[in-house]
Amino acid sequence: MNQSDFLKVVLPFKDKVFRLAKRLLVSREEAEDATQELLFKLWRSKEKISDYKNVEAFAMTMTKNYCYDRLKSKQASNLTLVHSNYKEKETSLDKKIEHQDSVNQVHRLIENLPEQQKIIIQLRDIEQYDFDEICKMVDMKPTAVRVALSRARKTIREALIKKHNYGVS
Amino acid sequence: MELANIEKLVEKYENAETTLQEEAILKNYFTKEEVAPHLQEYTYMFNYFSANKDETYTKTIQLEPKKSKRRNLKWLSVAASIVLLFSVFIGKQEYERYQAKKIFAQVNEGFKLLSMNLKKGEQAVATLHTYEKTVNKILK
Repeated sequence: MNQSDFLKVVLPFKDKVFRLAKRLLVSREEAEDATQELLFKLWRSKEKISDYKNVEAFAMTMTKNYCYDRLKSKQASNLTLVHSNYKEKETSLDKKIEHQDSVNQVHRLIENLPEQQKIIIQLRDIEQYDFDEICKMVDMKPTAVRVALSRARKTIREALIKKHNYGVS
Repeated sequence: MELANIEKLVEKYENAETTLQEEAILKNYFTKEEVAPHLQEYTYMFNYFSANKDETYTKTIQLEPKKSKRRNLKWLSVAASIVLLFSVFIGKQEYERYQAKKIFAQVNEGFKLLSMNLKKGEQAVATLHTYEKTVNKILK
């Protein structure tokens, strides 16, 4: 397998790897480093890659594990909180600000979820993997994945309702 | 999509029982159409989810970033060993010179002592000489 073949395999899911890393490591720089490191790891084990049926799932599992390691290691203790900008929508200014704020709130709410729920909601609601793939990636039983996902979704919704009703953040 | 249907799907969604197709329907509804006020929260969630998917990894992929580093390290060690060898060589020279100086000083000291004692003997001989002269004068 040469470089261009490898890139052909890797390119479709590099953004997914990056987004998962960013979800877990929070800062963009950390996530970029993690993605780079991961792709490099994959490249080094390129001989084995062709044996795997699903390179993408394998890469996502690797990403998850790598990020866990990073979070555990002291190196990652200087993680910074960075909120990215979201796409503007064509609405009136008032609504736009309110809307933007609420969308950012979702980001913060997900940030506060337990790690496992974070990963699962990332994989399901953002990357739209089906349950079988998620089970493989996180090495969990389907029921456990469903429970975690349901809990995460309910937590986010309830927190949003609360904020909306009381106007406190 | 009618509201009753959406409500049903939302409930299934909360329990994580929706399929990907059903979630796509929800996403479509909550990101595009006018949403019923009691379901407002979902618009934020789904908007966030779809906005988040736009984020991409923009850096170029480097496949051999470590190689240059390793080469640097190799050259560094070569340079370090050369410096080490050189300094050992210089150090040895310096040490030999120091040792020679020390020996030279010792030998010098020895010679000084010798010459001092010799001088003492000479003086004694000189007095002996004058003594002999006077003795000879008297005996004449």
